[in-house]
Amino acid sequence: MSVLRPLDKQPGLNTATILLVGTEDALLQQLADSMLKEDCASELKVHLARSLPLPSNMNRPRIDLIMFVVNLHSKYSLRNVEESLRHVDATFFLGKVGFLATGAGRESHCSVHRSTVVRLARTYRSPLLFCDPEVDGFRVPVAQRLVRMLQICAGHVPGVSALNLLSLLRSSENPTLEDL
Amino acid sequence: MDETLVEFIKRTIMKIPITEMMPILKAWDFLSEKQLQTVNFRQRKESLVQDLVLLCEERRASIHDAALLDIIYTQFHRHQKVWDVFQMSKEPGEDIDLFDMEQFKSSFVKILQRALKNVTVSFRDAEENAVWIRIAWGTQYRKPNQYKPVYVVYYSQTPYAFTSFCPLKSNMPLLGQALTVASNHHKIVKMDLRSRYLDSLKAIVFKQYNRTFETHNSTVPLQDRTLELDIHMDSRIIHENRIEKERVQRVTQETFGDYPQPRLEFAQYKLETKFKSELNGDILAERKEPLRCLIKFSSPHLLEALKALAPAGIADAPLSPLLTCIPNKGMNYFKIRDK
Repeated sequence: MSVLRPLDKQPGLNTATILLVGTEDALLQQLADSMLKEDCASELKVHLARSLPLPSNMNRPRIDLIMFVVNLHSKYSLRNVEESLRHVDATFFLGKVGFLATGAGRESHCSVHRSTVVRLARTYRSPLLFCDPEVDGFRVPVAQRLVRMLQICAGHVPGVSALNLLSLLRSSENPTLEDL
Repeated sequence: MDETLVEFIKRTIMKIPITEMMPILKAWDFLSEKQLQTVNFRQRKESLVQDLVLLCEERRASIHDAALLDIIYTQFHRHQKVWDVFQMSKEPGEDIDLFDMEQFKSSFVKILQRALKNVTVSFRDAEENAVWIRIAWGTQYRKPNQYKPVYVVYYSQTPYAFTSFCPLKSNMPLLGQALTVASNHHKIVKMDLRSRYLDSLKAIVFKQYNRTFETHNSTVPLQDRTLELDIHMDSRIIHENRIEKERVQRVTQETFGDYPQPRLEFAQYKLETKFKSELNGDILAERKEPLRCLIKFSSPHLLEALKALAPAGIADAPLSPLLTCIPNKGMNYFKIRDK
């Protein structure tokens, strides 16, 4: 199973699973801890992976949302995400994929330009969030958003699907030349 | 007492932070207990220094006493200087003479005085058969400049000497010659190794940094150790790439070991190589001369930073051998040319 598909498994009862993909383990761990601190009616599971494809010998639940984490300070992390994207089935990109860029606050340390990740997110038609996990004030709201997105993607919010959410998020952006 | 000498003593004592005043004066052992008892160490620093200078004048301090104080201050503050490493060698087949410290010292001084009439040389013995040498340079016609001395730490049972960065560079060949001849060596070579941390340089050069002491804890295998970490983690967090993480930890441990790394502040790579490009018709690749490029890695603790790179996910493991060979080769200056 080298390509991740969104609907190839049965969902677990009241379970929502998010997969965080990124090179910096400590960062992913911080996000995971913050997410699990949130009050949530669903049972949350967080899977952390350095890159895709995932090792095939693990027995894992259905993945409801994939967040690709790019550290703007490291071209290595961007390249890793770009490589990993190839192992995700196209149907995942209907609202079940998101990008998270960290490190934008320290401009002088950024070796990846903001516009690069913006373009990446736009190419894959997926939402882009910015976060500086070291700052508590940023981390908690982002964790709350991720939990909410995850619940919607897992189908736990009646009346809202992942695709609904995606179109809601898209229409709030300025229309680009390609969209018009 | 000479005015310049008084001024020199005053400035040397001024450098000493108040908290270190007593230990340094005690190590100096020049002012007597009775004299020290008459001084009020709680007053403002300027007045304290003036009192101490007066006591030194009473005792008729000489330039050598002042130089000794300077050595002790530098020994307490060795990180303020940048140290180079020199390696001496004997002719192959030469007999290994027994080292005589007194003979070394007198020979060293004689060589310097023969070349430059005016030079102040002071010695202070240290542990591990080492001697700290302070040299203040003058010329045939000018008295030595006490404010720009060079320090040499020579480990007499080894061919290694560490010298502080000398602003008067033209005297370095003479210094090298004096060291070599006085210690019965034939050749002296400057190593491509430089740092502020004298103890780390020592550890690298004497290969003392990789001693792992056998204890019960060190025999716990890697797998059991990672299991301990998992118990504290939330069971709702699953690491997909655990095997890869363990591999990275293993490779890092094999490369860097379990011990604390010696402390260096930078590694510098001078590249003189042709530009290699995958694109055809790249202008840079068509150049006949090699490209010159300087890459410098700086860090408060370079080797620990390199050790942390792969586990933090910032670089692949194993790291480039150019980075990991630094303590083994005893170099942090590299020149890289095309083969």
